[in-house]
Amino acid sequence: MTVVEASTTTNLPASTSGLPAASPRALDAVRGLGDKVFARGSLAAGLTVLAIMVAVGLFLAVEASEALRSAGFSFITTAEWQPDRNEFGVASLIIGTVLISAVAVAVALPMALGTALFITEIAPARIRSWLIAAVDLMAAVPSVVYGLWGLFFFQGKVISLSRWISTWFGWIPIFRVEGADPGNPLANASVFTSSTFIAGLVVSLMVMPIQCSVMREVFSQVPGGEREGAFALGATRWGMIRAVSLPFAKGGIIGGTMLGFGRALGETIAVYLIISPRFDINFHLLEAGGNSVSSLIALRYGEASGFGLSALMAAGLALFAMTLVVNFTASGFVARSRSGASSEA
Amino acid sequence: MSALRDPQQQRGTFLPRPGPRPIEAPQMRSLGGMSRADLINLGGAMLSAVATALLIFGRLTSAHGPLGFVVTSWALFLTIYGLLTSLTESRPAVVDRLMSAVLASAALVAGLALLTVVWFTLWEGREALTKTNLFTQDMSSAGPQDPLSIGGIKHAVIGSLIIIAICLVLTVPLGITTAVYLNEARSRTAQLVRTVVDAMTALPSILAGLFIFATWILILGFERSGMAAAFATSIMMLPIIIRSADVVLRLVPGNLREASAALGAPQWRSVWHVVLPTARSGLATAVILGVARGVGETAPVLLTAGFTSTLNTNPLSGPMITLPLATFEFVRSPQPAMIERGFATAAVLMVVVLILFALARLAGGRPAGTLTPRQARRRAARSAADASRMASAPTEVLSP
Repeated sequence: MTVVEASTTTNLPASTSGLPAASPRALDAVRGLGDKVFARGSLAAGLTVLAIMVAVGLFLAVEASEALRSAGFSFITTAEWQPDRNEFGVASLIIGTVLISAVAVAVALPMALGTALFITEIAPARIRSWLIAAVDLMAAVPSVVYGLWGLFFFQGKVISLSRWISTWFGWIPIFRVEGADPGNPLANASVFTSSTFIAGLVVSLMVMPIQCSVMREVFSQVPGGEREGAFALGATRWGMIRAVSLPFAKGGIIGGTMLGFGRALGETIAVYLIISPRFDINFHLLEAGGNSVSSLIALRYGEASGFGLSALMAAGLALFAMTLVVNFTASGFVARSRSGASSEA
Repeated sequence: MSALRDPQQQRGTFLPRPGPRPIEAPQMRSLGGMSRADLINLGGAMLSAVATALLIFGRLTSAHGPLGFVVTSWALFLTIYGLLTSLTESRPAVVDRLMSAVLASAALVAGLALLTVVWFTLWEGREALTKTNLFTQDMSSAGPQDPLSIGGIKHAVIGSLIIIAICLVLTVPLGITTAVYLNEARSRTAQLVRTVVDAMTALPSILAGLFIFATWILILGFERSGMAAAFATSIMMLPIIIRSADVVLRLVPGNLREASAALGAPQWRSVWHVVLPTARSGLATAVILGVARGVGETAPVLLTAGFTSTLNTNPLSGPMITLPLATFEFVRSPQPAMIERGFATAAVLMVVVLILFALARLAGGRPAGTLTPRQARRRAARSAADASRMASAPTEVLSP
């Protein structure tokens, strides 16, 4: 009985400030042999991958340094590519690559956004999974197939569009075509073939599914309560999309677009098949000829001398730096939009 | 309190009498779909748009070209559809219908593009595809002028298979172990590895080829071979597989892992018996999609595999060719027969990718932890066996 009485009075500490802050205790588990092997083994795999990846990056940088040192700052400003005469630079290449990718993204973005919204908001549930599969399939079609299609099928169809744009919008500098004769319907079409525009259109098909799947994922995370709230307030479907889905998915849309841009920058074979290389800075999208870093590498790697190869590596490094920046920015956007989704849901 | 003490209720379990059936939940009404008036508006607008465009293109102006026709009919369709809807609906509803039509057209354009890509490739390669020698011969006996009945792409098919098999051997163990490492080890090193792998997904595939070309072939002095191509493709595939496997492993429910740890399993047993089997279908998808990317990749192979028109089954020596590379080389030739072979090769490649893709859908349709009917049956049988074993166990062991 005395014990019970003693326990009836509770001792409250005078103030909690004197107590040390509670901290989780260290749990020392005894790791068996199996776990040690597992930990070491998986660490070894991780480090191997790390080593391979770092080796690729470092090797490119080291190999490129010879050409970069020899060219100096003119590497950025020179448009020519003649490493044997020490006249080379990425000015025309980078501009060509960016223009092709910009055309690709400009065409792919509305298509991807529309398709993503159609899949998540409009399409009946029965055909939704089929549409998703079709978009994924579009991403899986090899780029050489797109290249063939662009070269032998699409180019012939799109020349009339090129001609139409250059006839009516030729006063805008980027749409001007030297040597085009709007008055002559039988004029040679070759001024319009192999252009940045056509290459960009073909690349847009490869970029679209990537953008679309990122956007679709973000759209599908739009909180149901907000969507239903918009409907309950009398919004039409488009009203709901504009007021709820699009603002919510803004980060994902930007991120997905940039991911597609990054993919477009590195595209090689389709661009190589379509474009005819030229080494001057050419802003005329519809005009024959253009260039990109990766198609230059595919074109010149075989005949390159030691120094020429180093120059190609430098161009590749410049391309890699661009795709790296674009991709990290993009995944930052996507990650932010996703974390927002989880906190609001 | 008094109710609990009631002896009648304490004696047995109280069973509620079956009363009137509970009210059934109202059926979910469909919010989508279209009314009949909408459908009539839509169809009418389409018909009248095409008719008007035909009139403009055939009679009224000198405009021509299929592309212009399609664009004109589309613009006319939107105008007429908007007008028709505005006869009965308010402005927001009209905007809603129009935007729905625009979004559907975006999807339609994308679908059409995919269809024409697939159809055009199959169509252009149809003649070469129907000849069996395409699959039984290589190009060693076929000159540039030879008809389609001579020569084939056996060497490219076998080359692709060998190279992708080497890639699988290199990337699957390494990639999945790394993904497991990223998920199990929560250290700063793991973060670094994850960041670097993320960065490497941005590596343009041609640079992977250039790296192997410069190191393996130029510096180490090996010849161009299937092995070199497999190395280059592996460098490209590895980050893809790691990243998608990482995502799949992260989806494994934490309580499964905790339950396994609570039962006393060491970490490696949790991984081997719980985490990996749970994520199996997702991992299979990751690998198959990685393979689909690797099989279709031309740029790294172009720099590293060399070119050959004869069958070479030894990846260690001599050039080897793959399906995309063969396609690429065929269509660079000016000969129509060669170009046709190129299309046939591209069609074969596309079919391979399609099959891989279908496999991935079959393997990975389910999220982590969901069972196929067969797995569920097997598991049910196992627990039934357990139950009968326990029931037949001698009771004195259970209650000493």
